[in-house]
Amino acid sequence: MNTKQNESVQNKTLNLAKIEEVLEKYKNARGALIPVLQAVQGHYGYLPEPVVDLIAERLRISAHEIVGTATFYAQFHLKPRGQHIIKVCCGTACHVKGAKKVLQKISETLEVSTGMTTKDNVFTLEEVACLGACSLAPVMMMDEDLHGKLAPDTVGAVIKEIKGAGISS
Amino acid sequence: MDTIEQQKLKALRPKIIIGMASCGIGAGAKNVLKSIEHELAKQKLEADIVHTGCIGMCAQEVLVDVLFPGRTRVTYGNVKTSIVPEIIGEHVGKGEAVKKLVMAQMYLDDKTASPYDGLPFFDDIEMNKGQKKYILRNCGYIDPDSIHEYIARGGYTALEKVLKTMTPKAVIDEISKSGLRGRGGGGFPTGEKWASCAKYSADEKFVLCNADEGDPGAFMDRSLMEGDPHAVLEGMIIAGYAINATSGYIYVRAEYPLAVKRLKHTIEEAKKLGFLGKNILNRGYDLEILIKEGAGAFVCGESTSLQNSIEGKRGMPRTRPPQSVEAGLWDKPTCLNNVETFANVPFILNKGADWFAKIGTEKSKGTKIFSLTGKIKNAGLVEVPMGTTIRQIVFDMGGGIPKRKKFKAVQIGGPSGGCLPESLLDSPIDYESLLGAGAMMGSGSFVVVDDTTCMVELARFFMNFCALESCGKCPPCRIGTTLMLEILTRITTGGGEEKDLEVLEQMSDEMKVMSLCGLGQSAPNPVKSTLRYFRDEYMAHIRDKTCPTATCVALHKYEVTPEKCTKCQACIRNCPVKAISGSTTEVAFIDKSKCIKCNLCYDKCNFLAIK
Repeated sequence: MNTKQNESVQNKTLNLAKIEEVLEKYKNARGALIPVLQAVQGHYGYLPEPVVDLIAERLRISAHEIVGTATFYAQFHLKPRGQHIIKVCCGTACHVKGAKKVLQKISETLEVSTGMTTKDNVFTLEEVACLGACSLAPVMMMDEDLHGKLAPDTVGAVIKEIKGAGISS
Repeated sequence: MDTIEQQKLKALRPKIIIGMASCGIGAGAKNVLKSIEHELAKQKLEADIVHTGCIGMCAQEVLVDVLFPGRTRVTYGNVKTSIVPEIIGEHVGKGEAVKKLVMAQMYLDDKTASPYDGLPFFDDIEMNKGQKKYILRNCGYIDPDSIHEYIARGGYTALEKVLKTMTPKAVIDEISKSGLRGRGGGGFPTGEKWASCAKYSADEKFVLCNADEGDPGAFMDRSLMEGDPHAVLEGMIIAGYAINATSGYIYVRAEYPLAVKRLKHTIEEAKKLGFLGKNILNRGYDLEILIKEGAGAFVCGESTSLQNSIEGKRGMPRTRPPQSVEAGLWDKPTCLNNVETFANVPFILNKGADWFAKIGTEKSKGTKIFSLTGKIKNAGLVEVPMGTTIRQIVFDMGGGIPKRKKFKAVQIGGPSGGCLPESLLDSPIDYESLLGAGAMMGSGSFVVVDDTTCMVELARFFMNFCALESCGKCPPCRIGTTLMLEILTRITTGGGEEKDLEVLEQMSDEMKVMSLCGLGQSAPNPVKSTLRYFRDEYMAHIRDKTCPTATCVALHKYEVTPEKCTKCQACIRNCPVKAISGSTTEVAFIDKSKCIKCNLCYDKCNFLAIK
């Protein structure tokens, strides 16, 4: 385990202290796997392999079952992602109001394709089914902030504003 | 809680209420809030700023209400930071409403406030006429983070009444008598579900709240959780008592972080005041409620998948029987209801089943909340009595189609529902009528499409969604959705054949019969309903290789229809390769040797003159 603990993750050393805390909290809880994975993902931005092994050991679930569960859900990622996640809604209301074009424009502005992370590891661009803010369609969510009433010719400015707000550092 | 003196003092100060549900925040409520705080300080004025949930007029966000002592509550719509100084100076400072910016005014509960002359009342404006805001009564009115505001509007009286005067059986009987049916889609009678769960005894029993509102285009559950979370919780505690549940879970989808935050706070507050936890209201009933965050899988809205997900497994459905009421979560008797169903419960118990049963139609009682979106003027939430017609919702409350376009269809029920055409505008909204017409109540998404939307492409969109979200457990759904998507994609890209339609129809029926869960059984609905009502559009794609709405890019010919061209030159200005010529006296012409088929001219043309 020790060698794995020193593995570098996103230029940070993989510190397992936080995960130990989470595992302690869910030690005897039923159905703990998903909340634990959510906490891990919240901390690292993805599910690093050594952490999956650690969870397997503590929760007494085999690692393949954990990966099986993790890959079932859209929320979990086994590879590192950007510091900020942009989710562009492609639900029904956004679809009929031109979400695809907004997505395309963002993709061009950030020079990244859907589902991928920018070269500087700052942004990951994702497509999601529905953000539930249909009256503001088309919408996107930047981390936990919603941006609504987007249009292909204005979304570039929104992205610039986000970048300008110091978020890109 | 504030002392009475503090409360009196507060009543003398103006109150600014800002809509801080997800849609408000998405429209820029945070910036408006900052600007309000800044302006109050600058103008040296004192006022209390409180947050509220969604009042349903999402198209008008950001919404800011000002309550000047002794006067009616005034709502400003489409508030931008630029108009904040005027509102603060005139209204908060002097008590004079800035009339040109006002959307509506409303009385407070005691109706003693003096109204402003010449301002419309909230219930009289276009969108709210014909609505019956029973379940949404607190949304956008109270501060959802304050349990005291909920109690002040009659909150938790139903729970008190139930625990102090009613047996579990009496509660179930009352709910059965009210005729309440599940608001999550299927429309199963709630009382019957509770009764069948109550008859099983076990060491553990669960009450679950399905808040995995995955249906794209639906957001009423989010609005309820963000705007009136205590009502949902109260309904759930009552259900727990009725079936003798030992604990409960609220399964919220991961895309709703604000709802999760509010619900957590709600549970804590309810516990502090003894409405939840051990020995509720000293009546000896214990109930623990936990929040489970979903992890992004549409199929988890299906009851058995949801239970698997709570157990920490892949969220896949299982065969039934046994039904969940007998052996659900961790194989214990489990009762699962939707957010809106629970929000109905305290209301029914307060008003009485007989009163409730008078609203609606013979078989569908009460009201239903729809999230009205798409090509519609007044997008937002509407709560209407069952039996209201589609026309009333689209044209009276929704204000019709914007930009002088024509109504084409309404998509009700999301990927499980169907598209209903103009000829069905006068059919009433209730469970049976919608099913008969080929749609379903679903969770209540109501997406309006105009004559620029291609119905084949819309069917393809939903099939693509279902193919992606199919969990893969049963072949009819896993393979069926993929094959149907393949055919639909072929049709929209010009490779369709006439026999495709028969194949689609046959596969639709087969999937409906053979799929394991609701996802696969209802996935063909959008295809079936569009084939039923818009078959000519399919034929145009297949036979003539044209898309009547010119939506399907692969079929575009990039030609100008001279009769439709108004010579406005919008296409000419926007063409990146200068392939279009024309002037104020000459219709536009596209030079095909230069055209790169970027589709910008089509997008920019307001008159559908480019095909």
